Amino acid sequence: MTEPTAATTSRNGPAASGWAPGELAPRPGAAPLGRMLLAQAATELRLTFRNGEVVLLTLVIPVLLLVLFTAVPLVDVGGRRVDFLVPGVLALAVLSTSFTGLAIATGFERQYGVLKRLGATALPRGVLIAAKSLGVLAVEAVQAVLLVAVGLGLGWSPHGSVFAVAGLLVAGTAAFAGLGLLLAGTLKALTTLVTANFIYILLLVGGGVIFPLTSFPSGVRHVLGLLPVAALSDGLRAVLRQGAAVPVHDWVTLLVWAAVGLTAAARTFRWE
Amino acid sequence: MPEAAVEVDGLVKRYGATTAVDGVTFVAPTGSMLALLGPNGAGKTTTVEICEGFRRADAGTVRVLGLDPARAGRRLRPRVGVMLQSGGVYPGARSGEMLRLVAAYAAHPLDPAMLLDRLGLASSARTPYRRLSGGQQQRLSLAMAVVGRPELVFLDEPTAGLDPQARRATWELLSALRADGVTVVLTTHYMEEAERLADHVVIVDAGRVVASGTPAELTRGGADRQLRFRAPPALELDRLVLALPVGSHASEVAPGQYVVEGTIDPQLLATVTAWCAARGVLAEDLRVMQRSLEDVFLELTGRGLRS
Repeated sequence: MTEPTAATTSRNGPAASGWAPGELAPRPGAAPLGRMLLAQAATELRLTFRNGEVVLLTLVIPVLLLVLFTAVPLVDVGGRRVDFLVPGVLALAVLSTSFTGLAIATGFERQYGVLKRLGATALPRGVLIAAKSLGVLAVEAVQAVLLVAVGLGLGWSPHGSVFAVAGLLVAGTAAFAGLGLLLAGTLKALTTLVTANFIYILLLVGGGVIFPLTSFPSGVRHVLGLLPVAALSDGLRAVLRQGAAVPVHDWVTLLVWAAVGLTAAARTFRWE
Repeated sequence: MPEAAVEVDGLVKRYGATTAVDGVTFVAPTGSMLALLGPNGAGKTTTVEICEGFRRADAGTVRVLGLDPARAGRRLRPRVGVMLQSGGVYPGARSGEMLRLVAAYAAHPLDPAMLLDRLGLASSARTPYRRLSGGQQQRLSLAMAVVGRPELVFLDEPTAGLDPQARRATWELLSALRADGVTVVLTTHYMEEAERLADHVVIVDAGRVVASGTPAELTRGGADRQLRFRAPPALELDRLVLALPVGSHASEVAPGQYVVEGTIDPQLLATVTAWCAARGVLAEDLRVMQRSLEDVFLELTGRGLRS
């Protein structure tokens, strides 16, 4: 403990000069890609859960919908309500994270010049995209654990292959993320926010999530069935309710949306 | 390592019908500090953003560390630090968190906590970016530019809107960077900043370089020095000019504001005061001044920097 005073004074003084010679000498170089990826994904995840609106959208609303519509016989779903609702709300959860949440966050990052600024660092664009994907999948994992736990508590009895379910969730994520990034990369942040929320509500009502598509007239039903969220909830129900394989048309629908959405987003995305 | 860290030659950038940068040329030698000085809208930011690889040039060549920033971005980015004029931070991110993130991209970063402390940001390390004051946001942005220990930094208006204390902390960091061999290219519209810090000053106006050189070279041109004073307006200057040595010049630059240019020595000062005394005029605010960059800019463009 020698000479603590001198150090303290120079560090606390507002005009503290005292840059030692060589302290700022150049030593450039990029960190290993893995370290960048982890740091980026961890930051994105922390920022996501720090945002109250995101927590409301991705965790609170899905759980409330699941509990409410299981408890109250508002709709006839042809069977046990919880068995119908858990797959639908899982699809909604994926939608809220990979479409609505991702679009809004990315739109504001673009508006605030974050994407531009990160583009001037050693972080490669591919690593940034990988980190964002990891962040989205991590949020979805939290959602899935929470919804499965609440569902089981409500008497849900799942069937089918875990791998089929995981595959569907990832395909759905890709389909929604492409569309979300398409909005975020072309519209202003505030327009993206309004549009993404509006689409979320439309799909919540008309995407076969809470209300079965059979409650719509048949002409409308076939169009709605082509929506990615309808394909995801239909596929999840086939597996989780009946233990069946995923219907081919659901795979096709999700993969076509993913291909179209991601391609369109990649072609039109403006980083600033 | 090339001798020039940044070489810009005949750079042109157009946005639609307007030409934002119109043939800008300059060289920043490795390890030096270069200031692009000019009013808002002069084309400073566009020039710097082309060097940073954000925009493409319409004509001319740009070499940064010997490479083309439009093609070799991936190789340049780990070596170059960038400070944008505004933004660039997640609005919900805390200062410390953001600086640690940027530090994580670098192989041998500076200690983020130390850097925050030196820039007077230690107490706001846990404050979200959107709640920082403008000056704090500026300093965080500066810290993000240097934390990766780059060999070249581009700083777009690093001290705009800073209070004097924060400006001094920034100046100290910039001087230390230069002393440690980092090449610094900054834009500014503060004359004092360019004059005090920079090895080379490039004065730009309306997309063109109107003058460049060391601060000494730029302020030396024309009259060596000036004698300025205030007196009642519209004095008859003929007699004074006759009494002054050949090569000197006297003028009323604004009503009641008089400037004498030439070799200002004690004899000349005596001549001026004797002339005043003969006319019963009291010269007020009489000062002998060095030409400043402000004067240079005014002479070259006919406008003040802030106008």
